[in-house]
Amino acid sequence: MANHVKYRIGKSRVFQGLTILLAFACVVPLIFILIYILQAGLTKINWQFLTNLPKPVGEKGGGIANALIGSIMIILCASVIAIPFGILCGIYLSENKKSRLAYWSRLCVDILQGVPSIVIGIVAYFWLVKPLGGFSAISGSVALAIMMLPIIIRSTEETLKLLPDSLREAAYALGMPFHRVVLKVIVPCGISGIMSGVMLAVARIAGETAPLLFTAFGNPYMSFNMMKPMQSMPLLIFNYATSPYNDWHDLAWGASCILLIWVLALNIFTKVITRKWKVQL
Amino acid sequence: MKILKSIALSGLALAIAGAMSLTSCNGGGNTSKSDSTANASSGEENTILGAGATFPNPLYSKMFSEYNKLNGLKVNYQSIGSGGGIQQLTSKTVDFGASDAPLNGKQDSALSAPAVHIPITAGAVVITYNLPDVKDTLMLTPDLLAKIFLGKITKWNDPAIMAANKGAKLPATTIVISHRSDGSGTTNIFTTYLSKVSKDWESGPGKGSSINWPAGVGGKGNEGVAGYVKQTPGCIGYVELAYAMQNNMAFAKMQNKAGKFILPSIASITAAANIEIPADAKVSLTNTEAADGYPISGLTWILVYKEQKYNNRSLDKVTKMLKLVQWMIHDAQQYCAPLNYAPLSDKAVAVGDAQLKSITFDGKPVLQ
Amino acid sequence: MMEQSVDIKVTTRPGKDAGRVVSVKKTSTVSSNKRIRRSFRQIRTENVFRRMLVIVALCMIVLVLGIMVTLAVQSTLSFKSAGFSYLWGKTWDPVRDVFGAYPFILGTLLTSFLALIISIPFSFAVAVFLGEYYPTGWLPNLLKNTVELIAAVPSVIYGFWGLAVLVPIVRSFETSIGVEPVGIGIFTSSLILAIMIIPYAASLGRSMIHMVPSNLKEAAYSLGATRWEVIRSVIFPYTKSGLFAGVLLSLGRALGETMAVTMVIGNTSLIPKSIFSPGNTMASVIANEFTEADHPVYLSALIELGLVLFLVTVVINMVGKRMVSSFTNE
Repeated sequence: MANHVKYRIGKSRVFQGLTILLAFACVVPLIFILIYILQAGLTKINWQFLTNLPKPVGEKGGGIANALIGSIMIILCASVIAIPFGILCGIYLSENKKSRLAYWSRLCVDILQGVPSIVIGIVAYFWLVKPLGGFSAISGSVALAIMMLPIIIRSTEETLKLLPDSLREAAYALGMPFHRVVLKVIVPCGISGIMSGVMLAVARIAGETAPLLFTAFGNPYMSFNMMKPMQSMPLLIFNYATSPYNDWHDLAWGASCILLIWVLALNIFTKVITRKWKVQL
Repeated sequence: MKILKSIALSGLALAIAGAMSLTSCNGGGNTSKSDSTANASSGEENTILGAGATFPNPLYSKMFSEYNKLNGLKVNYQSIGSGGGIQQLTSKTVDFGASDAPLNGKQDSALSAPAVHIPITAGAVVITYNLPDVKDTLMLTPDLLAKIFLGKITKWNDPAIMAANKGAKLPATTIVISHRSDGSGTTNIFTTYLSKVSKDWESGPGKGSSINWPAGVGGKGNEGVAGYVKQTPGCIGYVELAYAMQNNMAFAKMQNKAGKFILPSIASITAAANIEIPADAKVSLTNTEAADGYPISGLTWILVYKEQKYNNRSLDKVTKMLKLVQWMIHDAQQYCAPLNYAPLSDKAVAVGDAQLKSITFDGKPVLQ
Repeated sequence: MMEQSVDIKVTTRPGKDAGRVVSVKKTSTVSSNKRIRRSFRQIRTENVFRRMLVIVALCMIVLVLGIMVTLAVQSTLSFKSAGFSYLWGKTWDPVRDVFGAYPFILGTLLTSFLALIISIPFSFAVAVFLGEYYPTGWLPNLLKNTVELIAAVPSVIYGFWGLAVLVPIVRSFETSIGVEPVGIGIFTSSLILAIMIIPYAASLGRSMIHMVPSNLKEAAYSLGATRWEVIRSVIFPYTKSGLFAGVLLSLGRALGETMAVTMVIGNTSLIPKSIFSPGNTMASVIANEFTEADHPVYLSALIELGLVLFLVTVVINMVGKRMVSSFTNE
């Protein structure tokens, strides 16, 4: 008996050790990549880098201000489209687990995740750029929003599904209408899972080049007009990283570094916000 | 209480974000933002949109930035690839396209109106290799090059290579071939050259911006090929001259049509371009007749419609654009050499000028 | 909480009124009218909200169908010229307009599933670690943020890193096991992909495991179950669908990833002989050749490749769903 217990406890310990080992093992390559980027990029970042426009090869003091602003605007716009849409769709899927519509739209969500970003870019080109007769930042935002959707929807759905039914029933018993139950009880309870999905989605699109190539197009100058071409960080990184010149490689590394720091900052910022919003179960 | 407040707060934040993006959507309509227009004329008229080849992008961005300092004209050029540039010109979403290869028959017929080619600069494709023991510059004949990339010569100490490089210590290792995986003008120039010099290549893989490679591995972009060549002993690949020079890579001397072994350089590319250029400027510089010319060279072009009155374009804008192109083939040629591009030969400039003057607006020539 | 107390006030007031004399009947009907109006409004908003949810769900289907139709329309030219032989044609020769997608379909499936197999132990370990063993504290928090950061690294950077760091390691590994040392190939790209897709399964898994009701776990503990037994017999079954959704998400990412894969896979249209030989995936072919595709049939063949990838994803997802539903029935 005692031996058996020891065996079980031992087994448990072994798996705990294994879990910890594997969990930290997968961070190792990331740390190498981070060091790789930080080493190459951190020294390139200074005030000029953040506030200047890019300069041609051979001129010092080029910056990424237009790409930074452009990226923020494009991603913000994409989020404004994708977050409400994604959360609502996630709510529908979690509230109607068995319906036929839910099955098919769930399937569509999973398919959407597997569509390569460049295909989404091509589709956005045919849907928006061609009819509108020109490249625009907003078409880039739409393409990115489409890419954000599956992650937001799936994490919303799966998080809400796991909330205990008692919570929902208690709210209904108080006479709350459906939309209040959802928006004021269910969503706030699952907010941390939803937000981590949103974060993941933003992180995913922050570095995407391919959907922007044929939609937002890029722009060497500062632009605030969503209906016109606009520069963005991934485009800049892609163009500069693939050029022959070391000056431009430096810019690309600095920009990747900024992109990472930015996503990290956004992550922490959301965490602080959700902590306030979150309801402890 | 708390939940309500935070919902209200976040709702507000969302609303502000929405409003912001909305106002920025409308921004272009009536209120011109302070910085989007440098001078009195509206931003629309003062911006020219171009798209196309990746290869001349650094040079173009330098030229356009200089021109902006001179004239305040904003040129937005994006390197989405030659094929992309031609497509965008076809669907008229850009003012000019740029390409490393002249339009072929199919592409010409897809255009709704004839387009003219204006040569801007010339570049070369160099053969780079990783042979640590070989001190002298590797020498290659066209036949050797084709056989290597066809996978027919597989060892570095093959008698044919030894014969071309007398005295070089060639190792007995396998030749690892690395080629571009992404469709590119570089590949187009390289394969056009191989098709010209080798019957086997012409009837086999053929020429194009991406082809069905008989052997080797593909790297994405210059840096993909270069990275692989640098790491793998015994590897051979091809990259743009500018890339090889900027990154201190070893590259081979190629035997040209005149029988001379030529090291790729700005001078030898310009020499290659110093041939008779037809009036439509559609010419391939590969396997050049010029005695001192490097054989794997090529021009890069800007493409514009011959008749510029379409899509409500104004004469003012057209004139600005053509003056810009004129400036590019004359004064701006000084920016070529520092960035490892070859300036145009006088003959090419003359053809470019003639092409520019043939462009019309509503039937009347724009530039005198 | 405030809202509810307002509701309660509304319901109690007519009650009080009901106890009074008939002369106040007028005010009572007014307030009950108000109440009825209010509940009607609530019912209306409720209906609007329900309908909105349905519309949004429908929109998803319309969106995906729209993408499919767009791809299908754009690829008709290629379909007309090649027909179904496109799927099993073994040659991809843009110069002669011969397009066969078989090598790329094979490459896509090989890399994606290999990457999935490699990444699952790691992502589940992260999920269990953060969801069960150490849900709070600075170290787990750091781990969680780091794992989410994996998703944020631009994929072109993974490509550069893979080329500079991973390829030499794989090459020496290949030398040691006696395979032709190429370094780049399907195996290398699976490794890179495995790293890239960890956060999707891990992040969803973590929030799932986090939400397992504690009374379930406590019941198991009180029966004398060890930590591992709780994880295996309580947490995994309870979170199965979520974990699987995470795996599907990461599979989707693996199928569609382009830049990083294309840097290290070797991009050859020849059919891969083993997992160590160079190959190509559908997504990377599209990304590689789309911008320079210079004639309509070629362009349309590339878009058809997108359509095929789309359909492959549909099939994989359907099969996956069947699998998980047969599990749940057991």
